[in-house]
Amino acid sequence: MTLFCDRCGRPAADPGHERCARGRELEPPRYCPECARRMVVQVTPVGWVARCSRHGELTGS
Amino acid sequence: MTTTQSAVLSIARTQVLENGEGLSEQQVLDVLRLPDSELDELLALAHEVRMRWCGPEVEVEGIISLKTGGCPEDCHFCSQSGLFESPVRSAWLDVPMLVEAAKQTAKTGATEFCIVAAVRGPDARLMSQVAAGIAAIKDEVDINIACSLGMLTPEQVTELAAMGVHRYNHNLETARSHFPNVVTTHTWEERWETLRLVREAGMEVCCGGIVGMGETLEQRAEFAAQLASLTPDEVPLNFLNPRPGTPFGDLEPMPGPDALRTVAAFRLAMPRTVLRFAGGREITLGDLGARQGLLGGINAVIVGNYLTTLGRPAESDIDLLGELEMPLKALNDTL
Repeated sequence: MTLFCDRCGRPAADPGHERCARGRELEPPRYCPECARRMVVQVTPVGWVARCSRHGELTGS
Repeated sequence: MTTTQSAVLSIARTQVLENGEGLSEQQVLDVLRLPDSELDELLALAHEVRMRWCGPEVEVEGIISLKTGGCPEDCHFCSQSGLFESPVRSAWLDVPMLVEAAKQTAKTGATEFCIVAAVRGPDARLMSQVAAGIAAIKDEVDINIACSLGMLTPEQVTELAAMGVHRYNHNLETARSHFPNVVTTHTWEERWETLRLVREAGMEVCCGGIVGMGETLEQRAEFAAQLASLTPDEVPLNFLNPRPGTPFGDLEPMPGPDALRTVAAFRLAMPRTVLRFAGGREITLGDLGARQGLLGGINAVIVGNYLTTLGRPAESDIDLLGELEMPLKALNDTL
């Protein structure tokens, strides 16, 4: 469920996330897409792990 | 373009390529002012210089953030400062994850693994975590270990050398004259002092910075000359990737031709150093940038992701090196 932009934390339905989408091509998510909490993110050489205290862990490469 | 600028390539061919003597600050400035029409010739010369004085090998490195965010310093480019409204939250990596990251790095063919912490300088807790991490990595992974932990005391330099850290990174970041516009919580001279201690302890010195932070061309040339006077073993060259929430968050990324001119100019200022493509190359130069840089003076790359942002997949860079017939530097070789 994507209620919030995972780059800026604002509601996903708000306009103006084009820059966020471009930015996210080379960035891990920073905000939980379900609750907009700032996540604890660890980037590794081949991937990333982002943890929301309420909604758990996301991973990517 | 002045006569001096148009002549600088011819001068560089003799002075740098044939004699191995780096360009002066004024000569670097002349290179940085060359028009786009002379860029290909400049890059070709920088490549020749790199091949002549460093050879075809490329040193590959992976980096990892051991302690992320919450830094008390105000480096205006950095999303890890606790003084800005950045979305980056504090995090510590545990030793098993650190070892796993070193294994991932070694699998790419990299020979260097740099452990980085966002701090002014390490405290006892961080030094202890670094010691435990290095010991665990050395038990399981065959890779050179470098560290970047901010400003050091003489005792900490000795401790890191004893742990087996072979290279220490501490960037001067920018020209001395521009530094107060970039950082106000410590000085350029404090950074220089750490670098002096590192060299004195016998560790290799890794020192570079970020271009595109509002410096003038004169200051970019000044920075190249200051780095050259340090004679670092390695110079990591970053291009500003404007981070949300930082004072430099609204700056525009540097134009690609300027970035390539900078690569070539730094190579001509430091013909023998390891010149590493570091952060920001993807947004500044795009996918073609890796190729153009490697054919324009670069002889080292950071593969995979950076500390808080993502890079090209490691295999893309490794495949490119194969295509360009540039062998990966082997472990324990010296470039």
